[in-house]
Amino acid sequence: MNPMNYVYLSALLFSIGAAGVLLRRNAIVVFMCVELMLNATNLAFVAFARMQGNLDGQVIAFFVMVVAAAEVVIGLAIIVTIFRTRRSASVDSANLLKY
Amino acid sequence: MTDFPWLTTLALIPLAGSVVVGALPAARELLAKQLALAISLVALGVTIAMALQFDANAEGQFQFTELHEWIPQFGVSYSVGVDGIALVLIGLATVLTPICILASWHDVDGSRRSVNSYFALLLVLETMMIGVFAATDVFLFYILFEAMLVPMYFIIGSYGGAQRSYAAVKFLLYSLFGGLLMLAAVIGLFVVSDGGPRAFLFENLLNLSIDPTTEKFLFLGFFIAFAIKAPLWPVHTWLPDAAAEAPPGGAVLLVGVLDKVGTFGMLRFCLPLFPDASRWAAPVVITLSVIGIVYGALLAIGQSDIKRLIAYTSISHFGFIAMGIFAMTTQAQSGSTLYMFNHGFSTAALFLIAGFLISRRGSRLIQDYGGVQRIAPVLAGTFLVAGLSSLALPGLSSFVSEFLVLVGTFTRYEAAAIIATGGIILASLYILLMYQRTMTGEPNEEIRKLPDLTSREVWVVAPLLAVIIGLGFYPKPLLDVINPAIERTMQQIGQEDPKPVVPVAEGTGK
Amino acid sequence: MPTILAAETTQAADATGVFALSWLLIALPLLGAAVLLLGGRRTDKFGHLLGTAMPFAAFVIGVVQFVAMLGRDPENRTFSQHLYTWLPVGSFQVDAGLLVDQLSMCFVLLITGVGTLIHIYSIGYMEHDPDRRRFFGYLNLFIAAMLLLVLADSYLLLYVGWEGVGLASYLLIGFWSYVPEYAAAAKKAFVANRVGDFGLSIAIMIMFAQFGSVSFDGVFAGADGASEGALTAIGLMLLLAACGKSAQFPLQSWLGDAMAGPTPVSALIHAATMVTAGVYLIVRSAPVFNGAPDAQLVVVIVGAITLIFGAIVGTAKDDIKKALAASTMSQIGYMMLAAGLGPIGYAFAIFHLLTHGFFKAGMFLGAGSVMHGMNNQVEMRRFGGISSVMKITWITFGLGWLAIIGVPPFSGFWSKDKIIEAAFVGEGWRPWVFGGAALIGAGVTAFYMTRLFLMTFHGERRWTDDVHPHESPKIMTIPLMVLAIGSAALGLILGPTNALVHWLEPVTGAHGEEAPVLSVPVLTGLTLLLIAVGVAWAYSLYVRQPVPEVAPAGSVLTRAARRDLYQDAVNESLLMRPGQYLTRFLVWFDNRVVDGAVNGLAALLGGTSGRFRRLQTGFVRSYALSMFLGAALLVGAMLLVRL
Repeated sequence: MNPMNYVYLSALLFSIGAAGVLLRRNAIVVFMCVELMLNATNLAFVAFARMQGNLDGQVIAFFVMVVAAAEVVIGLAIIVTIFRTRRSASVDSANLLKY
Repeated sequence: MTDFPWLTTLALIPLAGSVVVGALPAARELLAKQLALAISLVALGVTIAMALQFDANAEGQFQFTELHEWIPQFGVSYSVGVDGIALVLIGLATVLTPICILASWHDVDGSRRSVNSYFALLLVLETMMIGVFAATDVFLFYILFEAMLVPMYFIIGSYGGAQRSYAAVKFLLYSLFGGLLMLAAVIGLFVVSDGGPRAFLFENLLNLSIDPTTEKFLFLGFFIAFAIKAPLWPVHTWLPDAAAEAPPGGAVLLVGVLDKVGTFGMLRFCLPLFPDASRWAAPVVITLSVIGIVYGALLAIGQSDIKRLIAYTSISHFGFIAMGIFAMTTQAQSGSTLYMFNHGFSTAALFLIAGFLISRRGSRLIQDYGGVQRIAPVLAGTFLVAGLSSLALPGLSSFVSEFLVLVGTFTRYEAAAIIATGGIILASLYILLMYQRTMTGEPNEEIRKLPDLTSREVWVVAPLLAVIIGLGFYPKPLLDVINPAIERTMQQIGQEDPKPVVPVAEGTGK
Repeated sequence: MPTILAAETTQAADATGVFALSWLLIALPLLGAAVLLLGGRRTDKFGHLLGTAMPFAAFVIGVVQFVAMLGRDPENRTFSQHLYTWLPVGSFQVDAGLLVDQLSMCFVLLITGVGTLIHIYSIGYMEHDPDRRRFFGYLNLFIAAMLLLVLADSYLLLYVGWEGVGLASYLLIGFWSYVPEYAAAAKKAFVANRVGDFGLSIAIMIMFAQFGSVSFDGVFAGADGASEGALTAIGLMLLLAACGKSAQFPLQSWLGDAMAGPTPVSALIHAATMVTAGVYLIVRSAPVFNGAPDAQLVVVIVGAITLIFGAIVGTAKDDIKKALAASTMSQIGYMMLAAGLGPIGYAFAIFHLLTHGFFKAGMFLGAGSVMHGMNNQVEMRRFGGISSVMKITWITFGLGWLAIIGVPPFSGFWSKDKIIEAAFVGEGWRPWVFGGAALIGAGVTAFYMTRLFLMTFHGERRWTDDVHPHESPKIMTIPLMVLAIGSAALGLILGPTNALVHWLEPVTGAHGEEAPVLSVPVLTGLTLLLIAVGVAWAYSLYVRQPVPEVAPAGSVLTRAARRDLYQDAVNESLLMRPGQYLTRFLVWFDNRVVDGAVNGLAALLGGTSGRFRRLQTGFVRSYALSMFLGAALLVGAMLLVRL
């Protein structure tokens, strides 16, 4: 199979993730979309590694996974805390990043 | 004893004291005040001991020198030492600090901020002032020049009057702007210097051969910073706000000592390091100074706030000092140095007595006063003497310095000196109008309740007035210390006094 | 032109013996002032006694020195005393040193002698004032400063005394400063004096630039070689100083207001001593003026204008002290005129200064005595007929009156007549104009002084109901008597014998005999005739006719003279108002333009950052969108570059 198809899939997944981040309000869904984008890049890395014939892309994919795992831990904790204090997980309900 | 690190010791005493005073529990206010006073008196004692060992006619430029490597990669070293000019100004700082501490005894009581911190800040400020006058490494000087802003910022911003945050921020921004230009010039100076681990030492920077255009830019970098600090017209507008909003003790140290760093810097760094550029700029600086003299005096006449009035008189006086420095004659520069010292005392007396008056009545507006002389004759009398010192009455110390500046300027810039002399007429107006409006006339009901000076306040004022009168009649001890240093500066800038038209052989000495 | 024989520069001997005590002349009153002013209420009990003892002690030293001086050759009567090095800076070396010579000796005796009498008088005059001690402290300060002024051996030290007397004058005019007008008068006097001091400062600076010295010795030695332009500049600046201190045109306006001070102050400072310091300055600077004929001409013009000006103002004043003040101004105008004439007039200027010191101080004290008896009233229209109740005051005042109008053989005749004669010496228009002014001035003087004397002491009693005039106590009348004797006799002693002229010759320089354009007997006759006319006219107006208790409207000239020939109005419209507008404008300028530029810059920066801040909404998704757009832009740009 043409390895480029993996790249197209990756681009599609990334676009879905990006659209989700921009359009959805629920923080959990936004968060899942971020994960989707991360995995789309992972897929692209792996596909490129395969096409180039070296392992660099695969190594980076592992790094991304580690970072994503760490991010999930912290991100979910923050979302849960925000939900507890504000009774809402909508990203539009508060301009939290101001000040 | 010559190897004893006098200056470092002197600078560390108040610093150590400030740590102790600041660490005291908030309830021990009285102890903090007493401790601060005692420490500043110890520093004064050390200064006197040091001054007694000073040899005015020694070979080298600096005495009590110390030299340690600090950042050799950038040519920065910890190097201190004093000549006559610096010694006199260190003396000014160490004499005024205990007086200000005593004068501020109750000024910050009941403040929202910690009383102990106020006195600790005054002591930190004293360390900075000693250090900045003693530094003989340009980079060290720069660092202390900027660091000095920090305690002053908190003194104004935390303990000042109603407009304190505006005044403090304005003061800080103005000074930082000047400091930034100076930093650029300091870096530029390193580039053109000979390099090496001691590149920033003052004596290593003398006689550099710098490209004339570069020299002018470097000069401007230093000069603008000092002009803001001094302050010269037209970059003076931070001073009235800062001085009026600061508590009286802080205002005295600000106008009396801190601002002298500006004029000191011109005399110590601008002139010897960039002699050609200084000669190039002298006519402009003298014009600005003369404008400042007349402008400051006229604005002082128009003020309705006592403290702002005193601040504007200082702008006028700083015009005299800067004019004398850039007139580049022995008389004018000695006069300017002496003026820095004398102005410290006369402004201190004015600010502190005005502060006593304001704390009694609770208003800074001149129109709220009148007839104080009948109710509090000692307060009014001392205020008059302080005012007379500000208007340079002959027989008081400021006359000696003002006249030296004028006579020294006249031999080179006649028109400037004549216009500046017109300032003495305006000076009599602003002082006597203020005295007339506050002290004479029939006292009203509010004024009748004012008590006269307490014994603590008399102790604050008496040494100031004693110095003012004493130096007016016998300024020789100070002039003997200043003169050799000024003669050396004159050599460094390669200037000689103009000769009289019809020299008279006899009759000069005797 | 008169032949000028330059004053031989007599080498001053170092002060020894009694002359070594010269510093005590200044130190004693200064000590008195320090004790009285610093001692506070503790010294209330003996303050006036200590205050009187100090100038008296100085007077004794002065007399002893004078006697010692008389015993020496005229050439060896100059002594200098070096006290300490005052200002040593490079080539600018000023010592604190004293110069005792014939000229300063005259002043020492006048200041301490008349000063002591006025101190004694003040003990009685100020008896009921709670601040009498402070008053004596200020008086002592004045005596010390005035002695420093006349004893200094350099212009710079003279300057210290010069402003010192200005300070004492300020403090004493404003002695009752709880009265707002008095405080304003004190300030006015100080500021007008400062304008004069501006001139003195500049003069000293020119001296240093020209000669490299500011001592009398150095300047006079250099004056020979200096250009006329430089000497003229110095002379004009010294004249400005003299105008300020001596209330000469155009700085005369403060003297009338200065009468706000207690009357002994008016007698001592604003009649006998301080206001004559300007004359001293010009006579002392004789070598400078001798080399600057233009400056001399200006001195004469100023003197002539002032003597007429003061005389006109004097004719219309109803306030006894202000009338006397106008007269002082006019008489000092005579002295100035004489001093401006050069060596021919210096000695007569000093002569008139001394006699004037006696008779004017006597009349001021007499006026004080009248006020003492009349509940401090000064309005002459409510006096009249006092001669019968205050006999001693009447007689002593009468002697002063005869002296000032120049009736022979009283003092004023000898001194003023000589000045008129000297003014008539010369060629061209000058003798006629200046001599004429002096001559007319003498006639007007006779008119207004007679008016003053008659309105106060003669005619019907126009007293307000609550006054009960009585003679003053002995402590006040004895000084009056001493001064009256001086007024009567001083001229007779010094005048016909030419003693003073010879005494001063080593200092002022000798001059050849020169005949005035009119012969001397004609001039004397004319003067006496004018005086007689003035007296007769005043008699016909103020004794033959009743004096109205409220001043009549009067002619244009009378109204102008009452308002001091509009000098205050001129000062106000030319200086004060524009000055006020200027300061107000500058305050606005500083707040709005200079500080406005700074605050404007700050506001601009703040505003801009405020705008940018709006972009940071705080919504996660808008940030995300901008990130995506940014990333898309970057990618697009990279692709474009690649292509």
